[in-house]
Amino acid sequence: MKIAVCVKRVPDSEARIKIDASGKAIDEGGVKFVLNPYEEFAVEEALKLNEAAGSGEVVVISVGNDASQETIRTALAMGADRGVLLKTEHVPLDPLPVAKVLAAELADGGYDLVLFGKLAIDDYSHGIGPMVAELLELPCVSAISKLEVSGDKGKAEREIEGGVEVVEFPLPAVLTADKGLNEPRYPALRGIMLAKKKPLEVKDVTLEAAGLEMLSLSYPPERKAGRIVGEGAAAVPALVEALKNEAKVL
Amino acid sequence: MPNVLAILEQRGGNIKRVSHEVLTAARVLADGMGGGVDGLVVGGPGVATEGLGAFGADKVLVASDASLTNYQADRYAAIAADQVRAGSYAAALVSATALGKDLAPRLAARLACPFASDVTAVKYNGGITVTRPLYAGKANTTLKILASPCVISVRSNAVTPVANAKPGTVESVAVSAGEPRARTVEIKQPERVALDVAEASIIVSGGRGLKGPEHFALIEDLANALGGAVGASRAVVDAGWRPHAEQVGQTGKTVSPNLYVAIGISGAIQHLAGMRTAKTIVAVNKDPDAPIFKVADYGIVGDLFEVVPKLTEEIKKARDG
Repeated sequence: MKIAVCVKRVPDSEARIKIDASGKAIDEGGVKFVLNPYEEFAVEEALKLNEAAGSGEVVVISVGNDASQETIRTALAMGADRGVLLKTEHVPLDPLPVAKVLAAELADGGYDLVLFGKLAIDDYSHGIGPMVAELLELPCVSAISKLEVSGDKGKAEREIEGGVEVVEFPLPAVLTADKGLNEPRYPALRGIMLAKKKPLEVKDVTLEAAGLEMLSLSYPPERKAGRIVGEGAAAVPALVEALKNEAKVL
Repeated sequence: MPNVLAILEQRGGNIKRVSHEVLTAARVLADGMGGGVDGLVVGGPGVATEGLGAFGADKVLVASDASLTNYQADRYAAIAADQVRAGSYAAALVSATALGKDLAPRLAARLACPFASDVTAVKYNGGITVTRPLYAGKANTTLKILASPCVISVRSNAVTPVANAKPGTVESVAVSAGEPRARTVEIKQPERVALDVAEASIIVSGGRGLKGPEHFALIEDLANALGGAVGASRAVVDAGWRPHAEQVGQTGKTVSPNLYVAIGISGAIQHLAGMRTAKTIVAVNKDPDAPIFKVADYGIVGDLFEVVPKLTEEIKKARDG
């Protein structure tokens, strides 16, 4: 199968976030950036599908600045075949302009599957995958934790509150990956060496104007200082008392 | 007059509580604009629509058909888009649940309009602004929405439902026919339906301090005593002790419950990011320097294997009394 995996460069989940002098962006100095964890599941699933079939191509696509090349190389090191960077200096929070450039790139690509992570851990927007599917008029299942593909049909499971939805769809289709779909492989040294030589095409793109304008970026309010109620089981009655009469949550 | 559409969620014919939160958020915008709030319910025949007026719905539009009993993404999106166009709504709001996270971006793509996801507050002052967390709550941003209509998904538990009596007149609307591109064929229910951390108002989470999956019975007992859901840290999910649906944190679920109890969780940055907006946080940990105590309102330093059974017992007593 020909599979596209759309990936994003994001700050590592353990990174501390510092707001820069502009007050509307984060200071990237000293921050470790990684391939969005949910897209590791997407890359792994694409590789597994093609390994099981014994053939196919996995193309990694990202919208971002030049630094996103490193993110694409991480996916290539896992085993994807080639990369495409849709280069723009600024990726807006409004997902529609981003979805449009991705849809334009994917439209005539002849892909059987287009995979995304269910969300990016920086903006927590869950929009790009389903939006691309709508723009391409393709079936889409989001946040999948199980996938079966046979021939030109697929079946996926997605977790909902207190249950699991089972969804059937024809190929080509757009899917977004949740944790639990698989265990992503770590790039081996050989993979990292090979990735350096794999093709990575850079295309300049112009995004439409965004429909959201950032007015401010701030740190969350500090929680007011709490207190240690006591040590060991002996402190339990005081805790229950505080929850009941002070916090009033019981 | 600009009106706001609140897309309401039903499961098994019952409107979910998060829908009252969406109505309340829609009312904030509509009151600012001097407009009304219409609710839209898509589902099978016989959805219980009583009482929606109490939370601020002027009208409740019901799109019902047996084929819509379960969520069918393409058809729900088509129906919602038809309604937004027909009613010239300034904004369409939906809860950021599993359904809403899927539906909202589809709707925005169909309407070719801005989409603000997972917002925690909405406001109108000459234009619509929303507040939302970034980096899983390590920062907050306020965004201005520059076009109309727009689609907004609202995080569960972020908005407190406010009673606001309006007529809530129920009207049926035509359901466009059509085959979904992808079809939900089944909803699997686990044998014991567990309360989901994303929706729970009380969460008890366990971490590596529990030493093994067999000790999670302690967490379950405490959660039962409190009437809450069981959560888990990334470490124990990655170790295979608990299902990923229970994971709280930046790569799991971000939650804002009334009460969050962290047991044997040290408090990695990515975990704190996922739960720091809880209204009250309790931590039990044997390490007095654990970062979790920096965000906790109440802490007990000690051996969780002694503290938790005692806590469960005392909570039961407090609840019975």
